[in-house]
This record gives sequence, C-alpha cells and structure tokens, in this order.
Amino acid sequence: MIHAEGVRKRFGTTEALRGVDLDVPRGSVCGLLGPNGAGKTTMVRVLTTLLRPDGGSARVAGCDVAGDSERLRYRIGLAGQHAALDELLTGRRNLELFGRLYHLPRRTARRRAEELLERFGLTEAANRPVRTYSGGMRRRLDLAASLIVSPPVLFMDEPTTGLDPRSRLALWDELRALVAEGTTLLLTTQYLDEADHLADRIAVMDAGRVVAAGSPSALKAKVGGDRVSIAFRDTADLAPGVAAVRGVLAGEPEIDTAERRLVVPVSDGAASLVRVAAALGAAGVGVEDLGLRRPTLDEVFLALTDAPGREKEAA
Amino acid sequence: MITVEPPATRGQRLRWALSDTYVIAGRSFSQLRAQPGQIAAELIAPVIMTILFGYVFGSAISLPGGGDYRNYLMPGIFMQVMALSAVAAATSVAEDMARGIIDRFRVQPIARGALLAGRSLADLSKDWLSLAMMAVCGLLIAGWRPHGTPLETLAGFALLALFGYAMIWVGTYIGLFVRNGASADAATFGWLFPMTFLANAFVPLERLPGWLRAIADWNPMSAVVSAARELFGNPGSAAASWPLQHPVTASLSWSLLIIAVFAPLAVRRYRTAASR
Repeated sequence: MIHAEGVRKRFGTTEALRGVDLDVPRGSVCGLLGPNGAGKTTMVRVLTTLLRPDGGSARVAGCDVAGDSERLRYRIGLAGQHAALDELLTGRRNLELFGRLYHLPRRTARRRAEELLERFGLTEAANRPVRTYSGGMRRRLDLAASLIVSPPVLFMDEPTTGLDPRSRLALWDELRALVAEGTTLLLTTQYLDEADHLADRIAVMDAGRVVAAGSPSALKAKVGGDRVSIAFRDTADLAPGVAAVRGVLAGEPEIDTAERRLVVPVSDGAASLVRVAAALGAAGVGVEDLGLRRPTLDEVFLALTDAPGREKEAA
Repeated sequence: MITVEPPATRGQRLRWALSDTYVIAGRSFSQLRAQPGQIAAELIAPVIMTILFGYVFGSAISLPGGGDYRNYLMPGIFMQVMALSAVAAATSVAEDMARGIIDRFRVQPIARGALLAGRSLADLSKDWLSLAMMAVCGLLIAGWRPHGTPLETLAGFALLALFGYAMIWVGTYIGLFVRNGASADAATFGWLFPMTFLANAFVPLERLPGWLRAIADWNPMSAVVSAARELFGNPGSAAASWPLQHPVTASLSWSLLIIAVFAPLAVRRYRTAASR
C-alpha cells in the first residue's frame, strides 16, 4: 500500500532523507521510529504530497506521490503533530468545511460531520469553537477530519505527543478499530511502547536513513535473545549463587556486585529459568527477584541509533 | 464508506474550483462571525479616519485656488483605507501559514489558487463594507457630497474597491513570505502608510518639489484618488501628468496590472511555501 524506494530530500545543506526505502502492506500498521531530527516527519510529508522528493520514488495507494498527487489526495488522511484545525470555528463547522473541500455535496458533508462527531465523542462539544477544546479533544477532531473520505491509507505524525495517558489509550483504541476496518496506517512516534503496541512492523530511522526494519519481536531478537536475571538478597549470596547458576547454564554470567545482580544470556528461555530456580533452591541461596527478560525496545532503539552522538547534536 | 474521485471533465474541474473558492470565502465569513470584536475594530478605523480628517482638518484647511477641502479629502481617505486592506490580508494569510491548518488545506485536493482566491473575495467584501460605512459617515458627519450621477458615484466606489482588491493581492503575496501576523503588519503598513501621503490624497501636488512630484504623479494611488474625485464630482487639482489627466483609465489599468502581477505570484508562492 505504501512503497518507497531511495527517497531523498535535502533542505539547503542538510540532507533530511538519504535514500529511504519503505514497504507497508495493505491493512498493516507501520511504526516509523526515531529520535528528533531523524527524518520521520519529512518522510511523512513526502508520502502525503506536502513535500516533493529530490530523488527516489514513492507510491501510496497505487498513486505516485509526485506524478499523481491529485488522485492520491482523495485516498489519504493525515493527522499531524499540530492539530490542523481552524481554531475560531466550531468542531462541526471544521468538519463540514473540510468535507466540502473534498467536494462532498453540502448535505453529505453535513451528515459525515455528524457521524464523525458521534464516533469520536464530540457531539456535545460540536458547537463550541475549537480554541476551547482540550488537547485530547483537538487530537480526536483532527483525526476525525483526516477520516472524512474514509481514506485507505492514514498517516499519523506523532499522534499522541502531549496527550495524557487516558487520551492516549483512547486514541490507540481508535487507531486499532480503524486498522480492523482495513485501513493501512503509518505512524511516527518517539514512544517505543506505542510502536510496540500498535505496529506490525517497525522501521527505525536515524539521520535520514532506515537503520533497521522488522516486526517488534524480530528487532528485539536482533539486539539479543532472552536473558535470565537474578537479584540476590545479600552480597554473601552472590558467590554461591554464581556457582549454582554456572552449574546449570552455559552462558557467561554478567555480574553486578553493587546491585547484587546477575544476568545470563540463554537460548531456551523458560526451560533455563526452571533449571536456575531449582539449582538456586537446592543451594539455599537468598533470592530477591528472578525472571526471564527480553530486551526492551528502548534497548533496541539505543543500540541502533547511537544515542550519545545524537544527544550532543540536539543540545 | 465515502470515496471521491478527481474531476473527470474540464467542466467539473472548473465547477469544483469555483466551489472551493466559495467554501473558503465562507470560512472567512464564519471566522468574522466568530469574532465580532475583530470586525468592529476593522470597521471603526475607517470611520475614525473619516471623522477625524474630514471634520477636523476639513474645518481648518482650505484649498489653494478655492474649493471645499472636505470634499477634496474624502476620496483620498477612501483610497487610503483601500490601500491599507493589504495589511489585513497579509496578516491573516501569514497567521494561516503559521498554523497547522495549512497542512490540511494542502493535503486536501483543493483547486490550485482557490484558497487564496476565496480569501481575497471575502476580504473584498470587507472593503465594500468599509466603503459603505465611510460613505455614510462622510455624508452625515463630515459634510461630503458627491455631485455626479448615481451611476458615476457607484463607478467611483467600484474603482476604489478594485484598487482595494489589487492591494489585497499585494498583501497576500507579502503575507506568504513572513513568519507571523506581527511581521506581516510591519512588512505592509510600514511602507504603505507613508506612500498614501506621497500622493494627492491629502494635499495638492502643485507645490511639491519636482522629484517628489514626479513620484506622486505616477503613484497609482494618485490616479485612484483623481478618478474617484472625477466620478464623484469633487474638487481636484491641476493635473500635469498623463495618469492624472486620464485618471479613470489610469487607475483601472494600474489595478488590473497589479492584480495580473501579484495574484499569479501569490498562487505560485503559496504552492512552494513550505510551512514548517
């Protein structure tokens, strides 16, 4: 549904996109993940016809973004980082306005506005100017506005930035419902848990390139497999504990004396955990916490995007 | 499920372009209705100008060579207000560009140029409203009297409004270059206001030094004021240059030329202006 090859975009001397490839199958959710300045928003703007790429090609919903942009605009919805609404007009009037600009007849535009207000729980606030709306309401209205013509492809640029946790969860539910109806979704985010929860596939961007792509679990596997993590009750438990673990596991343990913690990479997950538990029990070692840990997406992200270098740049 | 396809025929494309223009103009009117204070403020300024200049100056100054200064002055004030419609146009377009809403307009299949055209038409109707308010105040308070036929008077106002429309496009173009409403104000009012005095709006040009007079003679604003005076039958002053000897033709040409230059420039600029 979205297919991009070698997309390049330059602003003055800055290369915002240095050859981005992207493939999003119909009905799936792709999370574009990356630090500030990685090129996520630029990529979305290219795919939604707001920016013309300097090189490469991209097709969305069967339309070339450069050559067939008019047809494409009837097939995509975009909700950006800033709610793209008229602050002075009421919520209802905003939706009617955008509906009319899709060339819906007046009556259809009105009915569609009503449906969307209902769906996003904005009926009560429909006659209030948007400037009186809360952040969550604005985001919902903005999403509603991007759904006026039932677009097969929806782009969301950091949809939940600045939302409180409840509004965030509500928006996630809406997005899941849309995907269940068959919408293809591309969302950019800095929040790893958001990508983890919503996306089927993640493309990690850094400095204008896709540095890794795959399912969330595949990306985690790339950085490393499961580990068994043990926290001992007392420093005195550390030595017998390490000995007991070495007896049952082949992996080289990583020991943190100050934290009284031991981490061992394992290949057979839960089975190793059972063996470790039995060995520690038999040795009579005091254990505070024992568990199997997969690498978090945060670890993946930091490993892939070379965090220290970027922070300097941002400062 | 609602789907729309691009226009299939030239006729449909044109109808949709007109519909877009109309819808955008409707948005501007809704905005005005949503902030009655704003429109009151925009209309009060021309009224104050009319009363202040017309009544105060009009009582104290007399024209060299005779003639009623108030009747001389009123077309000048009309023109000044029309010239300054560039300021409001620049401010509001700059504010739109600085906000997220421009992204939604650009990602929607709106006909090229319809956004700016719709706004300009809404601004034009504000100009007509200002003219009407000023005419009423001029008649009631400042003692202004048009002496032409009703048709000539109407033609005078039409020429003024056309000049206002031209200046709206100038303001729109400038508004697409600046970052926000405040700088849009500075980038238009700053040179436009002085320029309205480098014309025959408030003073006859005869006693100006030669180089200044050449500027004022060829200032489009002078042609507009002279044309309005001629059509209203209000006193003017001796005309030495071609534009002021043929003011109706000259002001019509100036306005159309300005629109022909600035409207396409603004539409092109709008398409390339990357907003954030």
